[in-house]
Amino acid sequence: MTETLDAPTQVGASNADKGVARTGARRTSWTPAWVAYLQAAPIALVFLLFFILPLIATFVVSFWNYTEYSIEPAFALTNYQDVFYGCFSGSSGLCTTFATYLSTLKFVAIVWAMTLAIGFTIAYFLAFHIRTLPMQIALFMVCTIPFWTSNVIRMISWIPLLGRNGLVNEMLLATGLIDRPLEWLLYSDFAVSLALIHLYTLFMVVPIFNSMMRIDRSLIEAAYDAGASGWQTLTNVIIPLVKPGILIGSIFVVTIVTGDYLTIGIMGGQQIASVGKVIQTQINFLQFPIAAANAIVLLAVVLVTIWGMLRLVDIRKEL
Amino acid sequence: MTILKETRGGVTRRSILKASAAIAGAGVITKVTGFPAIAQEKVTLRYLSTAVNQSPAIAEKAGEDLGIKVEYIAVTTDDVAKRVITQPNSFDLVDTEYFALPKLLPSGNIMGLDAKKIKLADKIASVIREGTVAGKKIGLDGTAPAEVLYLPDEEATEFAEEPTDFLTLIPTTYNADTLGIRPDLIDGPVESWASLLDPKFKGKAAILNIPSIGIMDAAMAIEARGDMKYGDKGNMTREEIDATIAALIEAKRAGQFRAFWTDFNESVNLMASGEVVIQSMWSPAVTAVRTQGIECKYQPLKEGYRAWASGFGLPVAIEDREKDAAYEFINWFLSGWAGAHLAKQGYYTAVLETTKEAMEPYEWAYWFEGKPAEKDIHAPDGKLLEKAGATRDGGSYDERMGRVACWNAVMDENIYMIRKWNEFIAA
Repeated sequence: MTETLDAPTQVGASNADKGVARTGARRTSWTPAWVAYLQAAPIALVFLLFFILPLIATFVVSFWNYTEYSIEPAFALTNYQDVFYGCFSGSSGLCTTFATYLSTLKFVAIVWAMTLAIGFTIAYFLAFHIRTLPMQIALFMVCTIPFWTSNVIRMISWIPLLGRNGLVNEMLLATGLIDRPLEWLLYSDFAVSLALIHLYTLFMVVPIFNSMMRIDRSLIEAAYDAGASGWQTLTNVIIPLVKPGILIGSIFVVTIVTGDYLTIGIMGGQQIASVGKVIQTQINFLQFPIAAANAIVLLAVVLVTIWGMLRLVDIRKEL
Repeated sequence: MTILKETRGGVTRRSILKASAAIAGAGVITKVTGFPAIAQEKVTLRYLSTAVNQSPAIAEKAGEDLGIKVEYIAVTTDDVAKRVITQPNSFDLVDTEYFALPKLLPSGNIMGLDAKKIKLADKIASVIREGTVAGKKIGLDGTAPAEVLYLPDEEATEFAEEPTDFLTLIPTTYNADTLGIRPDLIDGPVESWASLLDPKFKGKAAILNIPSIGIMDAAMAIEARGDMKYGDKGNMTREEIDATIAALIEAKRAGQFRAFWTDFNESVNLMASGEVVIQSMWSPAVTAVRTQGIECKYQPLKEGYRAWASGFGLPVAIEDREKDAAYEFINWFLSGWAGAHLAKQGYYTAVLETTKEAMEPYEWAYWFEGKPAEKDIHAPDGKLLEKAGATRDGGSYDERMGRVACWNAVMDENIYMIRKWNEFIAA
């Protein structure tokens, strides 16, 4: 069980690094050093071709000039100035970019806190309260049911549920709890948060559950024998030991929510801004350079966030 | 996404007929190119456009009549323009909106069509050629087709000032757009674009989140409300854009809008579910709501319509054989059957005379003359659209197209407009 669940988490961490490190540690006389590089080569090549090169292209294009129908090589900072247009002019309102990031940040905070609370609880239940392995597997599969349909279908399904004439409103009206439909159930911050939490809780459950399964049960017994209460065991033994799981889960959730624009678009009735949507609109109007500049800014924000999170927990040491 | 029309299930009488039609078709090509060995194969036209115009029935019929294989490439409106500019070799025929032309033409990727090779070029509707309906001038705000129809020569990258023998696009479909409403959920009549921003519909209105079209609908509403007068709604100045966006932000903050939509289906869902009772809408979307048995009206408004038109263009990179086939296909397209097929979905067509010949008289009377339907009106796929006795919203062709106020457009200040639009979304 632990082994199978390990695999995805490790992939999530850093594949190439690990492969190399392990081979190095266990090197035997009959395995030449270059074998390790050869093993890492396919993924390195894929990354180079489909990630590093496009990223470099995006970075380069973000300095180009553009018209309605063409982009021209140049080294101009105008795109970045346009991204931050009005941000430092000292006017009363927030500029578009800051307002957009602030709104995104709000969702990141809400969704992170909620998925952590729910995800931790589910993982705890699965790891410590379910005794048999088949049952753990079965319940774990139950957690993945929402992922059996496509993302878009899942989001559209919220509409008949939360809409003005949706099931929830009809039920509340029928029970007499409200006398007119609740408008804020759909196309609102609430709807966006709900859909995001629903979508991404599993990304929190998996790594935390994985970390919990690795905890040596005798540690918990020892804590109990030493007179610790259930709460003390949780805060002094379990939480410190599942920190890497929490961190990996948090990285998943934070990065995905920062870049998400489909969920925010559909559940927010497109009335709530997201960086992704801004980029999409610009691309649709062939303004590739400014879209690239926006993408680079977004990437920088995500990287800084991850850097900050990694400083909280030394993930390499803990794993 | 590519849609390939192919007959399956081995050799049938039908497929033999088709094959012989293909050989007959190829025979015609043989004479043109003089390479019999190559010409044995059916010529394939890669037809780039949005999915709405890509009826499988048209491709099938063209295959039967001409022996040309039409291979559809379906993308969104914005992606059609993007593809013409970024991948000009990936199609042989493009069906795009006239308002994209000020972007497409300077790229040098599309070329003019020779009017001498288009048999019915003179018969193309006057609304497209001259901007007139029944002899009367209509509103030409925005990118009116008449202003971007002619080129000085085949490979020009600027428009001609007056009629010439080279056309940018040969019209396929066009129409007049207005607001869609749910009459069952609205008290009292809706007569003006101003209703879109009327606080009466607070939390129940929607507009398009396609900036170039959404801002024009907003401008129609703001002008109708009497707030300001635009020089040209399709080509606003920076001040006009600022004022329009400010009014939109005010309405958004006051909770006027339930949602914005970008995809045709989203507008159908919003309307059908009752989330929205008044919104900018496209004609086939209104039909889609109605076929679900839900009341929905394409409400004519006193300020007039916002029109659009779409047409065939040729890529510069086209090969001779495909070019001949493209002309042949366009001539066939204008000759009646295809036009009638599209007209039965509510679109207007390039050559009205041939469309009329290809339709049943009662169909023509309903769709084009604004008369009550003598019999039940069916869509091309056989679905019931209207019961006998119904009339088309907005009336006849002359009444609808004659009251066009502006056309879908790309503004000179497009880049600035999009920045302001993003500000509106983030507000």
